[in-house]
Amino acid sequence: MKKSYKLEDLDCANCARKMEDAIKKLDGVADATVSFLTQKMTIDADDARFDDIMQQVVKCCKKVEPDCRIILK
Amino acid sequence: MTRKEKKALARILVAGALLIAVSIWKPEGYIALAAYLVPYAVVGWDVLWKAVRNIAHGQVFDENFLMALATVGALALGEYSEAVGVMLFYQVGELFQTHAVGQSRKSIVSLMDIRPDTASVERDGAFVEVDPDEVQVGDIIQIRPGEKVPLDGVVLTGASTLDTAALTGESVPRRVAEGDEIVSGCVNLSGLLTVRVTKPFGESTVAKILELVENAASKKAKAENFITRFARVYTPAVVLSAVCLAVLPPLFVGGWSTWVHRALIFLVISCPCALVISIPLAFFGGIGGASRRGILVKGGNYLEKLAQVKIAVFDKTGTLTKGEFEVASVHPEPGVTEAGLLECAALAEQYSTHPIALSLLRAYGKPADPARVSDVAETAGQGVTALVDGAAVAAGNRRLMAAQGLTAPEDSAAGTVVHVARAGKYLGHILIADGVKDSTPAAIRELKDRGIRTVMLTGDAQSVGDAVGAQLGLDEVHGGLLPGDKVDCLEAILAKKDPKDALAYVGDGVNDAPVLSRADVGVAMGAMGSDAALEAADVVLMDDDLGKLAVAMDVARKCSRIVRENIVFALGVKALFLILGAFGLASMWEAVFADVGVAVIAILNSGRMLRSK
Repeated sequence: MKKSYKLEDLDCANCARKMEDAIKKLDGVADATVSFLTQKMTIDADDARFDDIMQQVVKCCKKVEPDCRIILK
Repeated sequence: MTRKEKKALARILVAGALLIAVSIWKPEGYIALAAYLVPYAVVGWDVLWKAVRNIAHGQVFDENFLMALATVGALALGEYSEAVGVMLFYQVGELFQTHAVGQSRKSIVSLMDIRPDTASVERDGAFVEVDPDEVQVGDIIQIRPGEKVPLDGVVLTGASTLDTAALTGESVPRRVAEGDEIVSGCVNLSGLLTVRVTKPFGESTVAKILELVENAASKKAKAENFITRFARVYTPAVVLSAVCLAVLPPLFVGGWSTWVHRALIFLVISCPCALVISIPLAFFGGIGGASRRGILVKGGNYLEKLAQVKIAVFDKTGTLTKGEFEVASVHPEPGVTEAGLLECAALAEQYSTHPIALSLLRAYGKPADPARVSDVAETAGQGVTALVDGAAVAAGNRRLMAAQGLTAPEDSAAGTVVHVARAGKYLGHILIADGVKDSTPAAIRELKDRGIRTVMLTGDAQSVGDAVGAQLGLDEVHGGLLPGDKVDCLEAILAKKDPKDALAYVGDGVNDAPVLSRADVGVAMGAMGSDAALEAADVVLMDDDLGKLAVAMDVARKCSRIVRENIVFALGVKALFLILGAFGLASMWEAVFADVGVAVIAILNSGRMLRSK
């Protein structure tokens, strides 16, 4: 399943790149993009564990860039 | 400016004023340190705080840490004003960077501002404003003049003109009336329209285009991937060399503080930000700028490929030509007028529904009078015979003429020929061909000016293809191809070309999906409202104008040039300053310029992509 989220206060392009790298390495994530320009994140992950994976993604982003928030709808 | 930016600016101004005050006062010893720490704290506390916090999260090599280390190091070495100044300049650069990127982002987003906010839908006899998402297929919506068309549909009542510029880049408004299909994203200019919705919002043209452009950012160009990989090794490598620079030389030659100072300069230069921001920004700007002109590019990788295109392969029918038959020329025998020949043929063919007969009637231009014609008989594969004004007329190919006991001249190669005879006498022939679109010759010329080899593929006979090829000045024509052969033919062309060059295939996207996907860049045209074309192609020209292909290539080439400039400039300046820094020829001030200044210049350079005409 592919889902995209808005990001708030994503201030630096290098951080976006690092977030993307970190998320891609998570178990169950098939693909991820963090776009600094559109301030959006797209995640392609395992259907069954999606919510679980999203929690990890949030944690992951907190670690790289604590100011940036993912708007979970 | 946003509130955040204003706050940052205020801090910079306060710290700057304090720094000047302290430099004039010139305190000594510990008082000096304390005095300089005030502006330092004002301008740099958040950098220090983030550095500490990120280390706690295991993020060592981020720019906050590098700046914190460099400036604290400078303070420790007693270079107070340098430490404050560098931090100040860094923050100015950051502010400028955020502002410039924010502006570019906003202008790109406004280019793509085609999303309708509301739809006026009929509910229980009255029209109410709702979110376009809530409108269902079959609902009736009303579109007032000045409003965006919110959903795809068919006009039930009303007539108006639509501004399609946001979708096609075409400024001439399109007329619509009852029964016409209209697509979302256009702006209704003049009249009130009621429309029956044919697609839910999620599948409407506007939603598809927006999705496409937004997803374009995820298909990264080679240059972007290169930068990502580069950034991964660059920072650690520079930090490692900084450590070496601080420790190794002093072991042999001494002078610890000099070498530590030089190492700190290394740290300031070690952030890859200039590249990491400016390269995607250039591609994003290119995609945004192209979409404003009615060219959808589905990813940075395709923009990059488009810039390398050296061979353009076209489908003939519907791409270079109009895809419908028309009278190309009329050749009467001596003593017969053109109009007379045409009238004779048109009257005889008036009951036929064959495309050739229809083109004759269109060329005739007047309604054919049925009262003048009787005894019409159609001979399959030959033509028609009829009594026109009491005389026996035959209109058809050479075999029909032969059946009448007449010999017609040899057919010319460029199309289908209709020979006409009346009362046993040969009157002349009419050449019917699939006409070249008005915009095609200029478009082909523009491509040739750009040094692009042009090739045409067609299912028509080689002779027909050659005629069109000669008319347009194409370099190569491959005729007589069945749909399956087109892929083989394209493969052959791909195999022959220089591997560095890219090949673009241009088609209408209707039945050439396999060829589109096989080419380096598949371009579909006339795609407004055609889902198949939107999906199959890498680059989509929204309207029917082939001239947009040259425009798309110009955008792509400009984008590539900017990307190359930024890579060479940013890496060059950084390398230069690393070398100067190592030999003690660059001050920390210059190092900050090498980092922040280069980033700002690279961003401004990328910003040119947005303003390009």
